[in-house]
Amino acid sequence: MSLLSVEALLLSIQGTTILRDVSFAMRKGEVFGLVGESGSGKSMTALAIMGLAPAAATLGGRAMMAGQNLLELSETAMCALRGNEVGMIFQEPMTALNPVKTIGDQVAETLIVHGAANRAGAAKAARERLDRVGLHGDAFPLSRYPHELSGGQRQRVCIAMAVALRPKLLIADEPTTALDVTTQAQILDLLKGLVADEDMALMLITHDLAVVAGMADHVAVMQKGRIVEQGETGAVFRERTHDYTRRLFAASAHQPARRPIATAEPLLVADGVTREYRLPRRHLFGAHPRLTAVKAASFTLHRGESLGLVGESGCGKSTLTRAILGLDPIQGGAITLGGQQVTAPDVPPSLRARMQVVFQDPYGSFNPRHRVERLVAEPFHLAPAPVDERRERVALALGEVGLSPDDMGKYIHEFSGGQRQRIAIARALIVRPDLIVLDEAVSALDVRVRAQVLDLLAALQESHALSYLFISHDLSVVRAVTDRVLVMRAGEIVEEGATEAVFAAPRHSYTQSLIAAAPRIPAQWQDGG
Amino acid sequence: MSWPVTLRLGLTLTAVFLAAALVSFVWTPQGVEALNIGAKLKPPGAEYWFGTDHFGRDVASMVMVGARTSIAVAILAVGIGIGAGVPLGLWAAARRGGWVDEVIMRGNDLIFAFPSLVIAILITAVFGPSATNAILAIGIFNIPVFARVTRGGAISLWTLDYIRAAQVAGKGRARISAEHILPNIANLLIVQGTIQFSLGILAEAGLSYVGLGAQPPTPSWGRMLAEAQTMVSFAPWLALFPGLAIVLTVLGLNLIGDGLRDLLDPRLRRAR
Repeated sequence: MSLLSVEALLLSIQGTTILRDVSFAMRKGEVFGLVGESGSGKSMTALAIMGLAPAAATLGGRAMMAGQNLLELSETAMCALRGNEVGMIFQEPMTALNPVKTIGDQVAETLIVHGAANRAGAAKAARERLDRVGLHGDAFPLSRYPHELSGGQRQRVCIAMAVALRPKLLIADEPTTALDVTTQAQILDLLKGLVADEDMALMLITHDLAVVAGMADHVAVMQKGRIVEQGETGAVFRERTHDYTRRLFAASAHQPARRPIATAEPLLVADGVTREYRLPRRHLFGAHPRLTAVKAASFTLHRGESLGLVGESGCGKSTLTRAILGLDPIQGGAITLGGQQVTAPDVPPSLRARMQVVFQDPYGSFNPRHRVERLVAEPFHLAPAPVDERRERVALALGEVGLSPDDMGKYIHEFSGGQRQRIAIARALIVRPDLIVLDEAVSALDVRVRAQVLDLLAALQESHALSYLFISHDLSVVRAVTDRVLVMRAGEIVEEGATEAVFAAPRHSYTQSLIAAAPRIPAQWQDGG
Repeated sequence: MSWPVTLRLGLTLTAVFLAAALVSFVWTPQGVEALNIGAKLKPPGAEYWFGTDHFGRDVASMVMVGARTSIAVAILAVGIGIGAGVPLGLWAAARRGGWVDEVIMRGNDLIFAFPSLVIAILITAVFGPSATNAILAIGIFNIPVFARVTRGGAISLWTLDYIRAAQVAGKGRARISAEHILPNIANLLIVQGTIQFSLGILAEAGLSYVGLGAQPPTPSWGRMLAEAQTMVSFAPWLALFPGLAIVLTVLGLNLIGDGLRDLLDPRLRRAR
C-alpha cells in the first residue's frame, strides 16, 4: 500500500510545460530519491505536491494521499495538512529560520499552529524533538537563537520543526547541499534514522548521485520535467537503461584527460603566512581581540602544477586565497610569486597580471550592466593594450573557452551557468597569467557542465602552461584534477602530498574523517553501463 | 512588463505640473506682474479660471509660474544632495569600517540631528531670503539622505564576486565605485531622488510661506498661501488653488517614487 501516489502530474506556467507525466509511488518507511540537474523540475514536483506551486501554474493529474487528491484540496485543507501530515526541509538552513525567534519557539510554533498542544506541552514536545535530532538540552537550551548555531545545527532545527508532528511524509529538498561533507554525513544519518524510527516516507531531492546511492530505496531520474527512469536504487544504478542516466553517471565520475606538465620550478611560495583579524573591542578601553584565520601556512606551488586546497567552510581557505591574490595584507610570513613578493594591498600591476581568479558563483561574478566584451577585457587594466588588439584578444579568449566571438556584444544574463563560468575563465586568461586561482570554480555547476569545464581547464593548462590553485570542498573533483593536495583545518595546513597518495592513504585523522564522510556510489554499482 | 497603477497616476500628475511650468515660459492666461485693481478678488470664471487676488492678478497664471519656481528649487536642491551625497556615500562604502567612513557618517548624523526647516530658516535669516539661499538650505539637508542610501546599497555590493574580480584586475576603489557600484545602485538613487524632490517642493513652499523663499514679484506657491491667509473667508480660491497644486505635485512625485521602487526592485517584482 503506497502512502503517496503521484499519477501523470502535469504542471505548466503560462503555456510553458514545466512537468509532464510525472508518476511515482512512495511507501511508508522508505526513502525515495528524486535526482536530476538544475531545472529538471524536481523541486517543482515537491512544491506541486505541497500545494506551493506558483500561483500562475496550471496543474493536472493526481497526487493521492490517504484517499485525497492533494492537487484539488483547498488552501485551508492544505494548511492543515502541511506540517501535520507532510513536512518539508529546504536547502539553505541559514535563511530557513526566523532570526528573531528562539529555536524552542520555532519548533513549538508548529505544534501550537496545528492545535496539537498548549504552550507548556509544546515546549516539552519541542525539547523532545530537538533531543531526537541531536541537539541536547545541556548544550542547546530552547532559548538559543539561530545565529548562535552552525549551519548543520540549524538544519537539525529545521528537521525538528518538520518532524515535530510526526508527519507521514517528509520532503527534503537538497537538505545537505549547503553543508560540509562531515556535517552532510551526520544529517543524512539523522534523516535515515528518523525514517526507520518513525516509519515515515522521505522524499530526498538532490543533484548528487552519491548521496542518493547511499540513502534511497527507490530512485527516479528527472530530465526536463519528466521522469526518464525509475526503480529500485541498486537496479537503476547498475543497469542505467536510459541514455540520460548513463550520461549523468559518466559525468559524475568524470576524469579529465590530463598530461602532467608540472616542473620543479617554484612559482608561488607561501612561507609561514599568518592572517589575523582585529575584532571589535569588548570594552571601551580594552584592546582589540584578535582572530587568527590562517596560522603560519607554508606551501609551494610549482610551475605547471595543479595544487588542490581542501577544507570545510570556515577553515581559512578563502582568507588564504585573498592573501595570495594580494587583496588583504598578511600579518606574518611572506608570499612570493615567481620570486617577486606580493605586498598587499599595493601589488604592482605587472605582478597582479600574473595571477587571475575564477570564483564560485557564476551569477555574482559579473557586473550585470556591462557587455561581455567589457567584462572579459577588465584585466587589461593591468596590462594595457591597444583597442584593436583588445578586441582581437577578447575574441580569441572566448574562442579558447568554447564560446563564439559573436558573444562579445551580449549581456551576462543571456548565458547559462556553465557558459558564465567559461566567460570567467576567458576573463582570467586574457592577460595570459601564470597562475589561475580556481575558488570553488565548478562547485555551483551541474555534473555534466562541470565535466565539460574540467575538461576545458585541463586542456587550457596544457596549451597555456598554466598553474592552478584549485580550492574546493568537493573531494572527488580535487582528486580528479590535481597533482598535489593540501588539507586545511582551522587555519592550519594539516596534510600535504601527492593527490593519489593522500586519498589512498590519508595520514592525518582529519583527512581520514573527511574522506570517510564523502558520499560515494558503491563500487560494485559502477562497473556496469 | 506592465507599469504599476501608482506609477502611471504619479507620472500623469507630475507631467501636468511640468507641462504647466514649461508652458508658462511662453504663455500664461494673463500677465502675472500686471496689477489690475479693477478686477480684484474675482471668483473663478471664464476669464479668470482660478479667480484673481487682491491686486487683480490672475491666480491661474501665478500657479503656473509658481510651478516653475518650485520645480527649479527642488531640482537644484536634489542636485546638490546627489552631487555631494552620492560621492560621500561611495567613499564611505569603499573605506567601510575605516576612519573615513566613520567621519562621513557621523557628519551625516550631525546634520540629521538638526530639524531641517529650522536650519533652513537660520541660513536664509543670516544670508538673506532668496531663492538661491532656499536652494542651498534644502540641498544641504539632502546630502546625508543620499549619502546614507548610497553607502547602504554600495556596501552590499562590495562583497560580490565581480567586485573582487575587479580588484584582482588591479582596479582601485575609486574606479570600482564609478564603474561597478554606481550603475548598480542607480535604481535606489532614482527612487530616493523622486521622494527628495517632493520633499524639496514642500520645503520650498514652507520657506516661501514664512517669507524666506523666492521674493516678490516672483510668484511662489508658498507665498501665495501666506498672502491668501487673511482673505480665506471671503476669497477661498486664493488658498485653494496653490494648496491643491502643492498637494497634487507632492502626491504625484511620491506615487512615482513608490511605483519606481515596485518596478525596479526585483524582489517586489517577483511577488507581484
